Amino acid sequence: MKYFRLVWKNAWRKKIRTLLTVLSVFVAFLLFALLSALGFAFRGGVDVADAERLIVIDKISLINLLPMSYMNRIAATDGVDAVTHASWFGGYYQEPRNQFGQFPVDPQTYFNMYPEFNIPAEQFEAFKRNRTGAVVGQELADSYGWKVGDRIPIQATIWTKADGGRTWEFDLEGIFSTDDPRGSSALMLFQYDYFEEARAFAKGTVGWYILRVAKGADPIQVANAIDLQFANSPSETETSTEAAFAQSFTKQFGNIALIVTLILGAVFFTLLLVSGNTMSQSVRERISELAVLKTLGFGDRAMLGIVLSESILIMLMGGLLGLGLGWLVVQGLAQQMGAFLPGIFLSPGAIAGGVAMMIGAGILAGIFPALTAMRLSIIDALARA
Amino acid sequence: MSEILARLEGVSRIYQKGKERVEVLHELDLEIPKGDFIAIMGPSGSGKTTLLNLLGGLDKPTAGTVTVGGAELSSMSNSQLSHWRSTNIGFIFQFYNLLPVLTALRNVELPLLLTDFSSKERVKRASIALDIVGLSDRAKHYPRELSGGQEQRVAIARAIVSDPSLLLCDEPTGDLDRETADEILRLLQVLNREHGKTIVMVTHDAQAADFANRSLHCDKGTLEAKEAA
Repeated sequence: MKYFRLVWKNAWRKKIRTLLTVLSVFVAFLLFALLSALGFAFRGGVDVADAERLIVIDKISLINLLPMSYMNRIAATDGVDAVTHASWFGGYYQEPRNQFGQFPVDPQTYFNMYPEFNIPAEQFEAFKRNRTGAVVGQELADSYGWKVGDRIPIQATIWTKADGGRTWEFDLEGIFSTDDPRGSSALMLFQYDYFEEARAFAKGTVGWYILRVAKGADPIQVANAIDLQFANSPSETETSTEAAFAQSFTKQFGNIALIVTLILGAVFFTLLLVSGNTMSQSVRERISELAVLKTLGFGDRAMLGIVLSESILIMLMGGLLGLGLGWLVVQGLAQQMGAFLPGIFLSPGAIAGGVAMMIGAGILAGIFPALTAMRLSIIDALARA
Repeated sequence: MSEILARLEGVSRIYQKGKERVEVLHELDLEIPKGDFIAIMGPSGSGKTTLLNLLGGLDKPTAGTVTVGGAELSSMSNSQLSHWRSTNIGFIFQFYNLLPVLTALRNVELPLLLTDFSSKERVKRASIALDIVGLSDRAKHYPRELSGGQEQRVAIARAIVSDPSLLLCDEPTGDLDRETADEILRLLQVLNREHGKTIVMVTHDAQAADFANRSLHCDKGTLEAKEAA
């Protein structure tokens, strides 16, 4: 800390140059924050996946439906502790851009399967009692300003009603939340019985089954046993872990993680070149000053530390500003687009990773100039001055 | 002035320039008593600055020994020499060599960053040093806001702030007009006479040398007394 003033003053020796470097670091870390949050949103389901939960889908495609009759057969399979089901509704609220996840479910078995969803008991009971009842996640309720008691019309894009109508109306009976900040609660759940009764086609089917493996049972053996039961049937199944299911779902949008990594890799490589060049120039310009410091008694380690600190300081100035603004933007996006992009979140891990990258990039950009300063020959440098 | 502060015994310094060996100092012997003020004169390339570098622990002799304040410099490592310089030697350069990004006070404070003094203590000591050189009112000025003479005074304050016993001055008035140069030389005299600093000054200027107690002439790597003060 004794050297902070010296490091700070040296960092701002050429204000425009430093400002431009800080700006490039700022942009890089703003991008890092946004892409990290976006990546998090896309793989959110993978991160919160429960290893003990398995998903059963149609072997050919997730969009193919499975018979409702499978429910009891799956429940009867050895090693299965509990089963529920869900289906993709795919509607929107008021305008097509207001899309979010809507799922007809069996309330009791679904909430048993997902204990991480918290809902007040009286709201849950009301939901179970009302066939046209629905519950939504806190994120969704906040996005649209919904409160318990509201009547919410959802326009169907797939499921027309038996009477030909496309508007499904639900009574909002409850709002649930999830304790896990990585998980999204931007969902709407409603009664499968109402869905089954009112839809025009595909009656007696569900989108997928979710099951919990009994304690001590091997999930792989359970998955194989289920798939074997339905082999050679019109609706063969594929059973996988929740994580694998979430991953395959995410891959429909492309390999987000790879795209994010490639973009960030290119950005940070450029950043290292820019900031490394800044530090090299900065050290070259003050060789004689560095020689004076060594003459005064500043040792090799002090010289190394002073130059490296300067490089890290520049990274931290731009990086923390970028990360800070990124965090604000992500907060805004989560509020404005939480329903469309659920789970968008700048995690503490991403922030810590960002800070570590700032320090790492600072060291990489500054190490060669710092070694030059450390190995400087006082006599040669003073003679050149 | 009988106690010896610095002693050079049989010191030679040879540089290798390509295939050529250049002997800058040749088996040189010198004793510098505590409290002395020596001017070293001589033509360019005669070895004056090399002698100063050896006394300041910036360079090591090819042969012979350099002892300053009881420390044998030739046997010390670079890191030991760095630490030793910070407490025992004050350097004054021809072109002042102040850090342009720091104020006068912060330039003077620099050597104290290597000590365990608190920030408050460092500022106090730097202020005293500036007061000694008569620049208390310029403490917050940057080097670019000072005249050459003032810059050199700040450099002198920086050289004395850690209270070293030996001041090494390399052409301290080489960049100054006569009047300002004489002011600086009088200041060095005050530091020598009133503060007991031992001073070795390299100069081309015979008038500057007159301010010293004695002058030595350096030529072809050897020293000889020029005249007594």
